[in-house]
Amino acid sequence: MFNFVITFALVLISLSMLALIYRVIKGPSIPDRVIALDALGVNLIAVIALISIVLDTYAFLEVILLLGILAFIGTVSMAKFLEKGEIIEDDRNRNQ
Amino acid sequence: MTEIEISKIIVGLLVLLGAFLSAVSAFGIIRLPDVYTRNHAASKSATLGVISVMLAAFIYFYAEHGHFNSRVILGILFVFFTAPVSGHLISRAAYNSGVKLWDKSVRDDLKNKKK
Repeated sequence: MFNFVITFALVLISLSMLALIYRVIKGPSIPDRVIALDALGVNLIAVIALISIVLDTYAFLEVILLLGILAFIGTVSMAKFLEKGEIIEDDRNRNQ
Repeated sequence: MTEIEISKIIVGLLVLLGAFLSAVSAFGIIRLPDVYTRNHAASKSATLGVISVMLAAFIYFYAEHGHFNSRVILGILFVFFTAPVSGHLISRAAYNSGVKLWDKSVRDDLKNKKK
């Protein structure tokens, strides 16, 4: 019963990731795609937690924290690029 | 009923809740009309679903192996703090780069503000 519950949750999360991939491909604007990619990264964290429960090992749990940090940095840099046109601003170019 | 069975029931319920919330957020991302409502669906419900799945993994390894994994706790705290921030940033970037609201939305407080 427990294994069935874990497998069912994995299938459900995989279907929702397919829906997010549909939004990444079709999304009319760039922020749509960025939002869908951020949600994909967040769902990937859940997939890794469930797979480490299935495999009964805690060797992969560092990947959870790593993926959280990487998804946040990617989304912030993408938002800054969309808003200002550059990610790391150069102070000498600002006042010209 | 031993402690391990009770903890497995709790883990199963948390995992089902997380998968349900993840499916709800994907449904919202498919169905909702514009960027801001989709961002609303994605940032809140996907975050809560992933937090409950991570909590389930933590409880599973603590009850089954007696292994206290502090990185999962740090991951829960990090996702809880940063997912709303990234949702806010991407929504503000969408507004400032000129993405239109839905046709039937009735209120836009920033419309007359100049950049």
